[in-house]
Amino acid sequence: MSSFFSINLNPVVDLQEMWKYQFMQHAFEAGTLIALIAGVTGYFVVLRRSAFTAHAFSEIGFAGAAFSILVNVPPIAGLLGGSISGGLAIAALGRRATNRDTQIGIVLAFSLGLGLLFISLYAGYETEAYSILFGEILGISAGAVSLTVVASVLLLGVTALIYRPLLFASLDEDVAEAKGMPMFWLGIVFMVIVAVAVSFAVQVTGVLLIFSLMVTPAATAQYVARRPQRAIILSVVIAVIAVWSGLFIAFFTPYPVSFFITAEVFGLYLVVRLVHLGRGPAHLHRKGEQPTEEELAA
Amino acid sequence: MQPPSVSDRMDPAQAPPLEVGASSDLIVAENVSAGYREKVVWENASFSFGRGEFVAVIGPNGAGKTTLFRMLLGLQPPIRGSIRILGAEPRRGNMRIGYVPQRHIIDAETNVESQELVRLGLSGNRWGFNPFSHWDREAADKALEAVGGTEIARRPLGVLSGGELQRIFLAEALVSNPDVLLLDEPLSNLDIRRETELLHLVNDVVRKRRVTALLIAHNINPLLPHLDKVMYIANGRVATGTPGEVLTSKSLTALYGIQVEVLRDPHGNVAIIGVEEHHGSGRVD
Repeated sequence: MSSFFSINLNPVVDLQEMWKYQFMQHAFEAGTLIALIAGVTGYFVVLRRSAFTAHAFSEIGFAGAAFSILVNVPPIAGLLGGSISGGLAIAALGRRATNRDTQIGIVLAFSLGLGLLFISLYAGYETEAYSILFGEILGISAGAVSLTVVASVLLLGVTALIYRPLLFASLDEDVAEAKGMPMFWLGIVFMVIVAVAVSFAVQVTGVLLIFSLMVTPAATAQYVARRPQRAIILSVVIAVIAVWSGLFIAFFTPYPVSFFITAEVFGLYLVVRLVHLGRGPAHLHRKGEQPTEEELAA
Repeated sequence: MQPPSVSDRMDPAQAPPLEVGASSDLIVAENVSAGYREKVVWENASFSFGRGEFVAVIGPNGAGKTTLFRMLLGLQPPIRGSIRILGAEPRRGNMRIGYVPQRHIIDAETNVESQELVRLGLSGNRWGFNPFSHWDREAADKALEAVGGTEIARRPLGVLSGGELQRIFLAEALVSNPDVLLLDEPLSNLDIRRETELLHLVNDVVRKRRVTALLIAHNINPLLPHLDKVMYIANGRVATGTPGEVLTSKSLTALYGIQVEVLRDPHGNVAIIGVEEHHGSGRVD
């Protein structure tokens, strides 16, 4: 979309200008919540090396969303339906299934193909396909914002409930199993959490740019913070700032929001990697080295 | 006959001594056959291990050593016979058993402090979102201290060496102050010096805490100075006893069913001759 708004370089005036528009208010509300859930669930996605699975969910969701458009129901219904059924299938395949890159890739390719078919059957409305593939947060309705609130509360609640067993199972599957953790159910619940988070995040970033909220912030955070709770908070902060500033910049420029989000999280990731270059993750703590303030405070 | 139950919140230092049944045996197996429906890996084994015994479990690949651990952990039932551990049937989630599974590698990018894993070993099974309690932290610190891991506690798991990782895994297993310790090939991927260090450490834990430890290994020799018993699994059969009883030509010949020679060097190291071609064939036809 092209921009009709010119920037004043006075943040207060600019923000007032931006928030005069209801679609921008909705975009900020939904975008913030989605950044929050993507930042939290992204931590576990990265820790469990399930990034590829998360990407597959978004593309299975694409087929669902395209079908929804074809039969005239809201795309989020198809996104949720597609990605949750994909998540259940992968979880049901067993504990090592998330590592089955080949099978997941095969299903993913077929899903994209199906989505393409549905879009072409819908005869010509390519903007719909474009917005599912690359995101369209500026078109989000009040109803969709309410739905995002409900989904976020549920998602964060369930994640909080299973937080510690999930962390344990992610780091040490065999011992967690021996300690009596219900590994099968944890796997199912986690897959559904990721599927729901992906479905909502697609509204911001689109199917193809899903990594920019579900993976990059969490990967950056995990590179910096060695304590899970700190890494989760940092991951959320990165995602939220990226969404806010992406919306802000896009409002005053003719370029898409998802580009700015993607570029910002990528830039930050690069900076973090460069700063740590040669030092390995999170400044390896070697013998004789002074403990950092963070460590002393532990 | 039920032993007093030990709450997993109890301070390890104040855990009462446990008496299990009339004997002090913590693990008792009678006529046990192990394996899966379609494949028996070993059968008709009876053995018992008492409190504070250090036991090596050895045998060729695929002989059913890990299967034994899975049965003791309640992850898999015996095909026949009965197993009792700590005075009860094996059940999943028994906090009185510490377990170090066989692992290949930890991803080098796992940037999580090692002490987090040790704390999870104690309370990773608790639901709900809450930071680790003071008690969790203290218990983890103690376990790390016991394995000489205090200095590596804050280093990320992904950068630890094989020996350092084994210390962390051992601390994770010890943090709930278990009565039984199951260690699945902790010595693999360690050089001779680290191997010796880790064995001294395990032996220390066994003696000081009166823990019954079962340790799966490929090479019996580095273990010999510390062991109370050997459980030798091969050819679908199990021989259990003191190293002096099990590691003889007569006993291993009976176990393998072919002529086997046990040779000893002046330092007491053993060499088992005549079984090489049978490695990997620990099954019953």
